[in-house]
Amino acid sequence: MTAASEAPAVGLTHQGSEDTGLGQRGPASKSIVVPYGFWLFVLSDMVLFSALFATYASLVHATDGGPTTNELFHRNLVAIETVALLVSSFVCGLAMITAKRANMLWTQIWLVVTALLGLVFLSIEIYEFASMVAEGAPPQRSAFLSAFFTLVGCHGAHVTCGLLWIGTMMAQIWAKGFQPHIMRRLLCLSVFWHALDIIWVAIFTIVYLIGTLP
Amino acid sequence: MFGRLTWDSIPFNQPIPLITSLIVFVVIAAVLVWITRNHWWPYLWNEYITSTDHKRIGIMYIVLALVMLVRGFADAIMMRAQQSIAIGQSQGYLPPEHYNQIFSAHGTIMIFFVAMPFVIGFMNFVVPLQLGVRDVAFPTMNNVSFWLTASGVLLTNMSLFLGEFARTGWLAFPPLSEKAFSPGVGVDYYLVALQISGVGTLLTGVNFVTTILKTRAPGMSYLRMPVFCWTALASNLLIIAAFPVLTVTLALLMLDRYLGFHFFTNDGGGNSMLYMNLIWVWGHPEVYILVLPAFGIYSEVVATFSGKPLFGYRSMVFATLGICIISFCVWLHHFFTMGAGADVNAIFGIASMIIGVPTGVKIYNWLFTMYGGRVRFNVPMYWTIGFMLTFMIGGLTGVLLAIPPVDFIVHNSLFLIAHFHQVIIGGVVFAIMAGYTYWFPKAFGFTLDERLGKAIFWCWFIGFHLAFMPLYVLGFWGATRRMQHIPDATWAPWLDVAFVGAVIIGAGIALTVVQLIYSIRTRDQRRDVTGDPWDGRTLEWLTLSPPPHYNFAVLPDVHGEEAYWTRKQTAIKQDQLIKEPDYQPIEMPVNTPTGVIVAFFASVCGFAVIWYIWWLAILGLIGAFAIFVWYAWRDEHEHIIPVEEVRANARERRRIRMEHLHKLSQST
Repeated sequence: MTAASEAPAVGLTHQGSEDTGLGQRGPASKSIVVPYGFWLFVLSDMVLFSALFATYASLVHATDGGPTTNELFHRNLVAIETVALLVSSFVCGLAMITAKRANMLWTQIWLVVTALLGLVFLSIEIYEFASMVAEGAPPQRSAFLSAFFTLVGCHGAHVTCGLLWIGTMMAQIWAKGFQPHIMRRLLCLSVFWHALDIIWVAIFTIVYLIGTLP
Repeated sequence: MFGRLTWDSIPFNQPIPLITSLIVFVVIAAVLVWITRNHWWPYLWNEYITSTDHKRIGIMYIVLALVMLVRGFADAIMMRAQQSIAIGQSQGYLPPEHYNQIFSAHGTIMIFFVAMPFVIGFMNFVVPLQLGVRDVAFPTMNNVSFWLTASGVLLTNMSLFLGEFARTGWLAFPPLSEKAFSPGVGVDYYLVALQISGVGTLLTGVNFVTTILKTRAPGMSYLRMPVFCWTALASNLLIIAAFPVLTVTLALLMLDRYLGFHFFTNDGGGNSMLYMNLIWVWGHPEVYILVLPAFGIYSEVVATFSGKPLFGYRSMVFATLGICIISFCVWLHHFFTMGAGADVNAIFGIASMIIGVPTGVKIYNWLFTMYGGRVRFNVPMYWTIGFMLTFMIGGLTGVLLAIPPVDFIVHNSLFLIAHFHQVIIGGVVFAIMAGYTYWFPKAFGFTLDERLGKAIFWCWFIGFHLAFMPLYVLGFWGATRRMQHIPDATWAPWLDVAFVGAVIIGAGIALTVVQLIYSIRTRDQRRDVTGDPWDGRTLEWLTLSPPPHYNFAVLPDVHGEEAYWTRKQTAIKQDQLIKEPDYQPIEMPVNTPTGVIVAFFASVCGFAVIWYIWWLAILGLIGAFAIFVWYAWRDEHEHIIPVEEVRANARERRRIRMEHLHKLSQST
């Protein structure tokens, strides 16, 4: 994805522009504008999660006589979940490298592996949720459980969207090849997938690790 | 099959909403017939509905806002009438459950569907022109944003005819807004409509921050951007930082209502004060999302009509960004009475007073811009001076309210109502009217009638003070807000004055419609042939009125602050334009129906969720995903405007400009 093969930014004449990033030389190219906008979106997503974290932190002790964090969380299960998600992020990076080399086969393989690891993560999460409901700890039980299911479930919903996106991107790469606009979308996808990792690390620490302290 | 939706959902036994909805249906049908008979659909579809042109999208936002202003004002005059009638023995004409819906709808509509679309509409229309570029960073997303806002408007107004609206006030505080106390569809209408339009607003925020930071004309460094662009940047940064919190807050309340969660309930360990904190973490920055671009408009107007550069440009930029940051540190002043303790209240009280400092800086800057200038008293300048007088008083009462002990006394009273109407009408609405008059010729190629414009100003200015000054007095006497019935007959004269004020404001709104029609009829006498009717200083006045789809044939090369003013003065002095540049073909984004279709599915889905029609909600989601994939699949993203067309248009513009400059240089 070199600058020369890049389509100019919207409305820019064909003269092109060497961008300094400070706007001194006219509008930036699409390869800068698109990921920049997506970064801002990811930033807003982080704000969304921070509101959920704040909610969780203020309701974590509001158990209403119901089960508490120590009674519900199992570190080992969450550890496997975490490894699956972190490795999927690494594999997503491999997919990006092979995509830059325009290697169709390996890009598709790595994307499938990314999605499968995401699926493993999601399955464990669904299992955890289901067993909590079965143990008599559904989100309706207490404010703490409402906050827990919402925070972790919101992350899970993001992973689900990510999986849908990976599927769509695989189909697009297959049908359209490694065109510049497809590559930009792939970059956004990987930014999104890594961002979910960062949020998961915070969930792992704040919800599970602190929650299972003796 | 249809969830909660039955024939009883239509208010057959309530004449006011029933007749109103019938009138609305007739008006909508008449407009549709009118458009069809004139064969305007292809034009509307191609030039507006599916347009990715920031100017067209801006105009659509402003039309939407104007229509909703009428709706929101109808609610206002009904409330004023009720409070003037329902005194002592009389119960007035609005029963409590209806009155409560009206004040909730009034607040929701005025903030989300009048002030926000107006401000976003101006940013859409003006920012790319002032930055000297051809469109925003993501034109298709811009169209989607607009239609999602329109979807929220549709759902909110649908509540008039189907079911009811929230009776909880415009922020739907729990536990009142919980299922146990508001079992009807009203709160669900509120929540769903705001979620959908909130997504649209968030996308706007992302779009404009990217546009302002990444796509500017060559040479337009940060400290050469017009102040309106700076305020738009600050406002959109606030959108990115604050709107996700609104999304979360409303989502948590939805979980409480739909799935029986316990975030804000009285039982199960829920905490309703958590809602207050979350909603105001969004709500206070929201005030600045509205008022910062308003300050930007005044800055543009004051510099133009004083014939001077803006005084203290850099201090204006710092003040804007200062307000942007401090606005996140004051949210608790909305509920000092929560009982957070003296220390916490003191900190938030002081922070609230500090935010007055950069605002004061701005006021002085505007005054010093006028000082020593040759001030031309056109309509936008009337609004600006009216704003400074009105907003000053609003700001001072705000500082009063920021003192916690005072707040304990006037909290939730009409004093508060008077205060925030004074800053929002005096600050935001006056700016909207100034901007509307100021940029109208740029959008349509002719100016609005000045005499009627001044009449509108006086209606608003006098009407506003008559309508709200009495409320300060009543607030001190202990009148709380949102009263359907007035127990104390001695308040009657003050409420009557307020009613008269509201009627005068209504005359102002009616005159706005008259002004528009009259100006269109007489447009041939008021054409703006030069593209620069006010002797402007920023780049939007460089191009013709209305500007071509691509704004500028060649992106302007910016040297120094006040890009256009410098260029114009050089041209006048030398009596010639800059050398004709080498024209190139221009790539512009193609039209797209994505926005309308996405908003259609969002509305269907939202409607289904409100009425518990689950199969329809799932269909709506699938449809939305399908349109998303379809959009991602297309290959044509841009079309090329041939160089011949660009060159011909540009030469025509140069000819007009040359004549204009020639006249100017002879007159100096």
